[in-house]
Amino acid sequence: MAEYEAVIGLEIHVHLQTRTKMFCGCELSFGDEPNVHTCPVCLAHPGVLPVPNEKAIRYALMIAAALGCEVAPRSIFHRKNYFYPDNPKAYQISQYDIPLATGGRLGEVRIHRVHLEEDAAKMIHVGESGRIHGSGASLVDFNRAGTPLVEIVTEPDLRSASEVRAWAQLMQTTVRQLGVSDVQMEEGSLRVDGNVSLRPAGREELGIKTELKNMNSFKFLERGIEAEIERQRVLLEAGEAVTQETLHFDPGSGSLTPLRSKEYEHDYRYFPEPDLVPLAPTKEMIREAQEALPELPSEKAERYREKLGLPAGVATLLASDIETGDYFDRALEAGDGADPTVVANWVTGELAGALRQSGEEMGPAESKVQPESLAKLIGMVGSKQVSHGGAKQVLAVLIAEGGDPAEIVEREGLGQIADSSELEGVVEAAIEAEPEAAEQVREGNQKAIGRIVGAVMKETKGRADGGEVQRLIHDKLGV
Amino acid sequence: MPDLLDLTAGQAGKAIESKEISPQEYLHAWQEAASKDDLNAYLWTETTSNEQRATSNEIPASPLRGIPIAVKDLFCTEGTPTTAGSRILESYRPPYTATAVRKLIEAGTPVLGKTNMDEFAMGSSNENSAFGPVLNPWDRERVPGGSSGGSAAAVAGGLAPWAIGTDTGGSIRQPASLCGIVGMKPTYGAVSRYGMIAFASSLDQCGPLTRDVSDAALLLATLQGRDPCDSTSVGIDGGIKLPDREGLKGLRFAVPSGLAMDGVEAGVKSTFAATLKTIEELGGEVGEAALPHADHGISAYYVIAPAEASANLARYDGVRYGLRVPADELLGMYEGTRAAGFGAEVKRRIMLGTYALSSGYYEAYYGQALKVRTKIAEDFAKAFAEFDFVVTPTSPSVAFKLGEKTDDPLAMYLNDYFTVPMPLAGIPAISIPAGLAEPDGGGPQLPVGFQIAGPAFSENAILDAAFALEQAIGFDARPQGVG
Amino acid sequence: MIDRDQVLHVARLARLALTEDEVETMARELSGILEHVDRISELDLDQVEPTDHVVDLENVLRPDEPRPSWPREQILDPAPDPADGAFRVPSPQAEA
Ligand SMILES: [Mg+2]
Ligand SMILES: [Zn+2]
Repeated sequence: MAEYEAVIGLEIHVHLQTRTKMFCGCELSFGDEPNVHTCPVCLAHPGVLPVPNEKAIRYALMIAAALGCEVAPRSIFHRKNYFYPDNPKAYQISQYDIPLATGGRLGEVRIHRVHLEEDAAKMIHVGESGRIHGSGASLVDFNRAGTPLVEIVTEPDLRSASEVRAWAQLMQTTVRQLGVSDVQMEEGSLRVDGNVSLRPAGREELGIKTELKNMNSFKFLERGIEAEIERQRVLLEAGEAVTQETLHFDPGSGSLTPLRSKEYEHDYRYFPEPDLVPLAPTKEMIREAQEALPELPSEKAERYREKLGLPAGVATLLASDIETGDYFDRALEAGDGADPTVVANWVTGELAGALRQSGEEMGPAESKVQPESLAKLIGMVGSKQVSHGGAKQVLAVLIAEGGDPAEIVEREGLGQIADSSELEGVVEAAIEAEPEAAEQVREGNQKAIGRIVGAVMKETKGRADGGEVQRLIHDKLGV
Repeated sequence: MPDLLDLTAGQAGKAIESKEISPQEYLHAWQEAASKDDLNAYLWTETTSNEQRATSNEIPASPLRGIPIAVKDLFCTEGTPTTAGSRILESYRPPYTATAVRKLIEAGTPVLGKTNMDEFAMGSSNENSAFGPVLNPWDRERVPGGSSGGSAAAVAGGLAPWAIGTDTGGSIRQPASLCGIVGMKPTYGAVSRYGMIAFASSLDQCGPLTRDVSDAALLLATLQGRDPCDSTSVGIDGGIKLPDREGLKGLRFAVPSGLAMDGVEAGVKSTFAATLKTIEELGGEVGEAALPHADHGISAYYVIAPAEASANLARYDGVRYGLRVPADELLGMYEGTRAAGFGAEVKRRIMLGTYALSSGYYEAYYGQALKVRTKIAEDFAKAFAEFDFVVTPTSPSVAFKLGEKTDDPLAMYLNDYFTVPMPLAGIPAISIPAGLAEPDGGGPQLPVGFQIAGPAFSENAILDAAFALEQAIGFDARPQGVG
Repeated sequence: MIDRDQVLHVARLARLALTEDEVETMARELSGILEHVDRISELDLDQVEPTDHVVDLENVLRPDEPRPSWPREQILDPAPDPADGAFRVPSPQAEA
């Protein structure tokens, strides 16, 4: 039986965090009383006209720049015609054959296009069934109607649900760093729809795709895509065809329901919006957008690899998590001269691990461990003031109550045993306590030395320097 | 002191400024006249609030101060009926006022009333109003033209000193022609469209319907201007000055050779010929310019306008305001509401426009029509390289009988033959009364209009030429019992 | 040239309920008009740029400054079926 490969493209809608709507002066809002942020324009009263929000265009240009897109010298708005109560004009002002920007890429995924449009109103179905089907009535709240949206369409470059989730999170981080949106999936300011198709592995041409909607968290996004890949695989393996349709993800059951209803047969009859003039971003607008870009995850990862020589994995990890990345930067700065890879390992390894074990769901940044303290601790390990084992205990204290590592070492007596006469005594005692191990070591079995070292560490509560301990054991045993 | 109603708006404005007459007595005289409307020209007449406005002293000295105006019911007026001649908006009261009307009110011009019109400005006879046809004051068996028929009839019939209307394919110029008054469609973008209920957004323009050319200039001077609420508005550089030209020496007038004259009534042809002679007597030159694509204007227009209208009228869905025909599911509510709310002509154009945009037909119809539009604009540009103006009859016929063309939409559409090319090119044009003529097959003497079109933003030049021609023609006929 | 089925399809797109008579007349009248309009399809305009705008303006934009929204009572006043501060509509029907 043929192995199937999933081919996935995403359609992403991002709410822009402007003060006002795309085409009128109403303020943006979330969770307010229904219909308190409306006016004749966003309610499509007779005779009103749209006027585009300049800030929305600048924000969209920043997104285009962040994704490395080519900005169209002259793009126009179109009317996308369809009747639905959440669509007050019965057309959505969007962009069609000449979008704001095209091309570009984020990580491994190519961007197809980036365009501007306006969001629809919110509809609450109050019939017997909360779902779109079934009788009853719906209430329309136009507060959200006309919210500026940037739509980002990718090429079908993703191959699995987990890839989709990881990449969507990278997209979220990237847009969030631009400060143009709060990109909250749960609040709908970031919406990710998937186009999923399967094809026999190694085949070029694409299979029939379905469109997945309503996956309003990263978890649901991954689940929804997973479920759809599985659904299509079963169909294809049974020799059945996939039907091109739009599927609605139900978070409750995790199931996918086709949206088939008369309201969904569309012929959008796009045509140029006569109420708006063309958009021709000037050199200045494009340059300003470029200059407004902060360091983006991809660039940050590159800097960590190239300049700091971090391993690719750690570099990406730190780059895609803003808070932890900044924490690392601060720790590295504090411990000047410290080896970046060592600091990175402490942040993403020891500290993150210890936090996980402490059971608290927090990253280094939210912990009581100040990056400066961590840097100091790393420094103390380097200068042998505290052993690696001792440092771990200091870290546990720091996590619990914060503070200065030097003081903790002092207080808890965790300082590394500096004078070797004291250590020699402990080592001799340990050799006597472990005669077989000592024998095996003499016969050249290096592994056995572990038991003796263990005993020493136990005795010294890990305050001894492992290297030093081994050296002493060796010359006591004359090997 | 002549009868107040005989004064042109310009003369009355001067008389009010010089305190010869009071704004109140002038307003009352017109309210009196408007109340005697027997042409169905008004859908609604304003009363009290105007008196305060007209008499209030806050209003700055302005040549328009105290001259009331009839406003086509396509313009939103806050809190007062605005129906666009449609059942679907019968009970609608706009929450805001159109920019054009606001500017007039700020200049001290009270709204006398809202005038009847073809539903959503779709028509050339005013027979498409949901509130009954308007009668032509020259002959009550005949149409006043459309879609601004109520505004034209009100001015011609002595029910208003002046009026504003809208012109998409001729809706100001054609009724002005059929009613024997002056009507002007400004350059697209000269006047704000904000608050003017949209028919075809890339063509619609607001303009004056007046007794003479000077009044048209006076009104346009106040209407024009850039409006931040209308991205497509630019205003007219340097504004509008009152016309004062004597003679037409040095001006070149082109008669388009591309336009077919065979559908034109004999009386209209002879009046047009006589007017060309007058132009030459005034020192103007008359020549021919080829406008090869203007002949396709009707075809392009009847694709583009309905296509835009099909989207502009989609908002009348029974959800947020206006008529709703209840149903227990959404589709039924939509289809029932729109079926009950729109009249036959509006439905026809929505269907035509929806079809022209629907998948598989876009390129053949809409796409092709936009290219014809380009060619028509190029034809005019070529003509204006050689000539100052292009002139035509405004309408192929004088006012026709009520019901004469209602069963033949295409015949009705052909009325716009001479008026659609200008909005397609976005250029300004004026219609002035050129004389009286009998319809083909005999009948009463009825007004014939003469159209002068110029390059974009040439309003001052057009008004000047029209003024000089108006003086020479000396058209002073009035309908029976008016003036 | 435009038949009954096309008329019904377009009427559905336009959300217009048509009576049987209207369907017939509509088919006849639209065909007549389209026949006239079709003359433009004979013109060779392949090299011609379409004109979707007659004004040559670009980037007419509005500063991102809030203007007060409208009182809810006022915007709900003309609503055919206001409920709970919202506009009530019948729910979309399920596939027939
Ligand atoms: Mg979209
Ligand atoms: Zn608004």
